[in-house]
Amino acid sequence: MNTNKEKNLTIQNVVKTFGKVEVLKTVNQVVKAGEFFTLLGPSGCGKTTLLRIIAGLEIPTTGSIILGTDDITSLPATKRHVNMVFQSYALFPHLTIYENIAFGLRSRKINADEIKRRVAEGLEMLRLESLQDRMPDQLSGGQKQRVSLARALVNEPDILLLDEPMSALDAKLRSQVQEDLRRLQRKLGTTFIMVTHDQDEALVCSDRIAVMNGGVIVQCGTPEEVYDYPCNKFVAEFLGAANMLKAKRVEGGVETELGFFCLEKMPEWSEGLVTIRPEWIKIRESRPERNGVLATVDDVVYRGTNFDLFLSPGNLRVRTSANKNFRVGDTIWLELTAGDLVALGD
Amino acid sequence: MRKTHPVVKGLALLTVWFLYLPLLGVAVCSFNTAKDGWVWKGFTFDWYVKLFDNDWILNAAWNTLVLGLVSTVIATVIGTVLAVGINRFPWGRKTNSFLNTMLNIPVVIPDIVMAGSLVVVFGILREVSSIFDMGMVDMIIGHVTFQIAFVALVVRSRLTLIGQDVEEAARDLFASNWYLMRKVMLPLMMPGIVAGAMLAFTLSLDDFVISFFLSGPDSQTLPLYIYASVRRGVTPQIHALSTLVVLVTVVLVVGAQFLSKKEEA
Repeated sequence: MNTNKEKNLTIQNVVKTFGKVEVLKTVNQVVKAGEFFTLLGPSGCGKTTLLRIIAGLEIPTTGSIILGTDDITSLPATKRHVNMVFQSYALFPHLTIYENIAFGLRSRKINADEIKRRVAEGLEMLRLESLQDRMPDQLSGGQKQRVSLARALVNEPDILLLDEPMSALDAKLRSQVQEDLRRLQRKLGTTFIMVTHDQDEALVCSDRIAVMNGGVIVQCGTPEEVYDYPCNKFVAEFLGAANMLKAKRVEGGVETELGFFCLEKMPEWSEGLVTIRPEWIKIRESRPERNGVLATVDDVVYRGTNFDLFLSPGNLRVRTSANKNFRVGDTIWLELTAGDLVALGD
Repeated sequence: MRKTHPVVKGLALLTVWFLYLPLLGVAVCSFNTAKDGWVWKGFTFDWYVKLFDNDWILNAAWNTLVLGLVSTVIATVIGTVLAVGINRFPWGRKTNSFLNTMLNIPVVIPDIVMAGSLVVVFGILREVSSIFDMGMVDMIIGHVTFQIAFVALVVRSRLTLIGQDVEEAARDLFASNWYLMRKVMLPLMMPGIVAGAMLAFTLSLDDFVISFFLSGPDSQTLPLYIYASVRRGVTPQIHALSTLVVLVTVVLVVGAQFLSKKEEA
């Protein structure tokens, strides 16, 4: 379906200021053709601005946007072969679903047969055939979102941009749509760039995630990379629960308030933080050979699929499978294995 | 919802009656066979029929219609463009609030002040060209000046309602400026434009002060005719004429309200 699969998107030294506020401070990033790329960050981190710059709805203050080999920095949205799914869906309320989807083709004056064929394809791809004569206000949120997707995809864009596409959907529908989006992207092979503040969404959908904060990309990598090996405290905490330990580097490992721990990868700093995800801390029957901590259960929280144990010392959080019964006051041995402890940078 | 106290309800009803009772009185009198006084003598359509025999009235009605239609068309076009300009151009915050204030001033400024200033302006322009002699041209321009603000206000609130998103979506879907205007903005703005035009037409229809200051010998309108006649004594014919004017006004205002409320819910 896509004729331009080979076009990488290069974001080069992009800076954007609004008045005196620097929303983006020098962003450099390559998005590979055909990947599902996610910009993840808290509100106000500049992710939506970056998306709008790629769409051509904003012009960067300095820097350039290169698609394939063409510099498209100053090409307006109207002429860019990039389409967007808006957060509010932004369907045309006065047009039927069919005409909404056909809009991009009609404004480019594509011939009638071709329009008919491609809209029919789009309707089928997103299971909208039965809704084609309805008006947007007769649709549910999930249906509107699919129309919005179809409206963008029938144009066979080089890149599909998605601005918080699931923020208006309820939780149950959301996880369904996440999987649908992923499958759709795989099938089409079109580059998807999605903006979200929801780490689950990012982890489920993406080939690669760029975690943004304060107008810069803090870390970029596969979901596993950013989740397992966060580069700093912000990334570690933004992607999920994380235990933080203040540490000093010593021979062969680090010294913390919970004692000495071996590390697989030694930190570059002499004083800093090490982290471990709650689900990686192992509960042992007896004192492990290395990296053991004797802890007391302070609180047990049932979460359906698992329990969260809160333990002292160090206010550790440990995630454990649901069939193990622990009570407040129990004393247990924990192992924080060397491979799971990650030293964080700044 | 909070329950309203019966006294409050009563007062509200009383106020409505206070506002509309005189109008109702006029309407009742227009169907009364009695030539003067308030005694009911029988039902008749005579006064309405006679309106159409009176050349003065027909002429005034024609003038009112021409003045209303021409000024409304001009004001609607300018007012719409103004609203789009104010709402969509990326003005700074200060400029924006300045423009908004400027837009509201013509709405609240006393008609008499506006009329007085127009007399001065046309006095000067008359030196340049005789087109600006007292009469229809002056009246049309005068009406346009106060209509623009009303049209712009109604269209602007419609634009705010439409929001920026659909416009960006259309651009993202390759729409040129012209295509965007024709296929998206105009259809979406249309209820606002029509409502604004109806309001503007009503204002022109009912305007007395500005017309009074700017009219010439051949450009008497219905409000001016009613004013002149009332000074010679109120006749049932005038009641009939007034009732018709009120009726048209009510229809237009209700229509405009319906259009601007539509799709808001």
